[in-house]
Amino acid sequence: MTTLTVYIPADAAALSLGAERLVAAFGREAEARGVPIDIKRVGSHGMFWLEPLIEIETLKGRVGFGPVRPEDVPSLFDSGALAGAEHPLKLGHVADMVWMLRQQRLTFARCGVIDPLSLSDYEEKDGFRGLRNALAMSPAEVVEQVRASGLRGRGGAGFPTGIKWKTVHDAQADRKYVICNADEGDSGTFADRMVFEGDPFMLIEGMAIAAYAVGADKGFIYLRSEYPHAAKVMARAIALAEQAGWIGENAFGPGKPFCLEQRIGAGAYICGEETALIESLEGKRALVRAKPPIPALHGLFGRPTLVNNVLSFAAVPFILAEGGQAYADFGSGKSRGTLPVQLAGNVQRGGLIELAFGITLREIVEGFGGGTASGRPIRAVQIGGPLGAYITESQLDLEMDYEVLAANGAMLGHGGIVVFDDTVDMAKMAKFAMRFGAEESCGKCTPCRIGATRGGEVLQKIIAGERVEQNIALLRDLCDVMTAGSLCAHGGLVPNPVLSALNRFPEDFSKGPQETVAHKNAAE
Amino acid sequence: MEKPLAWDEPRAKALVDAKSGLEGPLLPILHDLQETFGYVDPRAVAIIAGALNVSRAEVFGTLSFYKDFKKQKPLGRTIKLCLAEACQARGADALAERFETKTGCKIDGGFHQGVEVETVYCLGNCALGPNALYDGELFGALTDESLAALHARAAREGVAP
Repeated sequence: MTTLTVYIPADAAALSLGAERLVAAFGREAEARGVPIDIKRVGSHGMFWLEPLIEIETLKGRVGFGPVRPEDVPSLFDSGALAGAEHPLKLGHVADMVWMLRQQRLTFARCGVIDPLSLSDYEEKDGFRGLRNALAMSPAEVVEQVRASGLRGRGGAGFPTGIKWKTVHDAQADRKYVICNADEGDSGTFADRMVFEGDPFMLIEGMAIAAYAVGADKGFIYLRSEYPHAAKVMARAIALAEQAGWIGENAFGPGKPFCLEQRIGAGAYICGEETALIESLEGKRALVRAKPPIPALHGLFGRPTLVNNVLSFAAVPFILAEGGQAYADFGSGKSRGTLPVQLAGNVQRGGLIELAFGITLREIVEGFGGGTASGRPIRAVQIGGPLGAYITESQLDLEMDYEVLAANGAMLGHGGIVVFDDTVDMAKMAKFAMRFGAEESCGKCTPCRIGATRGGEVLQKIIAGERVEQNIALLRDLCDVMTAGSLCAHGGLVPNPVLSALNRFPEDFSKGPQETVAHKNAAE
Repeated sequence: MEKPLAWDEPRAKALVDAKSGLEGPLLPILHDLQETFGYVDPRAVAIIAGALNVSRAEVFGTLSFYKDFKKQKPLGRTIKLCLAEACQARGADALAERFETKTGCKIDGGFHQGVEVETVYCLGNCALGPNALYDGELFGALTDESLAALHARAAREGVAP
């Protein structure tokens, strides 16, 4: 009898819906029926509303089913679906699904497809081609490829990656470092986590290319503690890559080391700010540093340090494999390449959507997302994490592009989009933004430390209907001070969600607590 | 999750020494101590300070900055419940409120019958909220029932004070 091969994701999203129970159910069912079974664990394709999404190896390739619960397993066997017959949960070939066909997956091409911890799977799907090419070039030529690609920092700031690499490359020092910022704390984002759990060698390869290009022999991955599954996969991937010689003592040739270490954060959102992250790696309180000096010249332990986001490093293997121009051929304006968009919140079909820049928000939220999960009208969408602006439904025709969004009082951030239906109370969301800002402030500068606390209090008064006009004026004044006077982007951006909520949804701020639009809608 | 050990000074010293050669060793050391003992005992501060040749104030400063590090022995198990925007958009706030009313367990209010529920901002499962993290395991698409079941499990597994 031929062995039944089943692919079941081990991505945290699938695990959160009981993927482990599904593994057990398949094992039991196959044993009871005397069918030899091979269960392979993979990452997620990023179609979370279909998780756990499993695939069965057939003569015509891998066929997807989802969402599959343990109680569905007997029917999958009984109906002959595993051999190709129809089944209500059958999705067909995952790559042929509309959601996937409409994407341009460069970074996430392998995620969900390969065994994340199989070096041979990775190499079969173009893995390490970029690093091989890079090692055949001079470091300066590698930097030039990244510059030519037009890649901009995917962490949120959108700084040209090639320029940062060149700065570290040109710096003179006895030691240099590369750091991967995997402190993915923004609500509504999970692309970094998916890379860790679905294609960790891609990140290792990207960091190795970066280390070679800038002349660093040591790399750190700083991962947040809220991602225990990701930490386990990456720890194993680093060990495997080292055993295979891709990193380690002789990574770039005899006597040319690149050692990589994963460090785990400890529950501080501010560590996503690069200087706070560096302080944390050094073992200190994560207080942001004043810039200049920039980390590229004076970073970890005072040495030139390249700090990039997971998705920036993850884009690099493709760039070095196919050339910078191939990456730059995607995108619009000054936003080149693809952006892994993370669609979340109250949305029917949430997940990971990798697309060239330039698509409208509406195509993402309505086209891919299918509107709200609750079936109610969309009222607000937050782009770019907790410090990103809220936009209205009518602004969904804006394009995903760094400059277009900036010109319209929004920012792309790490590419997270959170959808809210018409029961959302925007004054409450504004208060939440201030409270979050206060809770996660490192406390170094006054505008952020005290401003965010006072901002929460003022918003509470506005919500309670106390001297609303005067308190709104006070809130605006406070936001001015925070924007202009904060040391880092944390305090500087907290006013973003607050003011966008206030300006675009004023009706939620001007009435007593019982009269807001949200209250009316919820009461219907 | 393995049951945390009682405070044991030689063991603590060994943990500190094992990592003190790392570049920037303090966070890894604090993580190891917490994993072993369930918290970072104040008595560890002087040991670390001595081993790393830094002041006790610096060690305490770091220890007290990060939310993850507990300075007191936990009185049971901890559930981390996400209340960030994406989970709020999926009803996490209302879920939390109903949970508090039903169980009398106040979120961020310390241990109640061997369980503590702590707010966390984002567990990276934002299309499938509300979410909780317990014992290194992620729970998505929480409902009143599944959260109650998780709470009951934590209460069962909670170490007696």
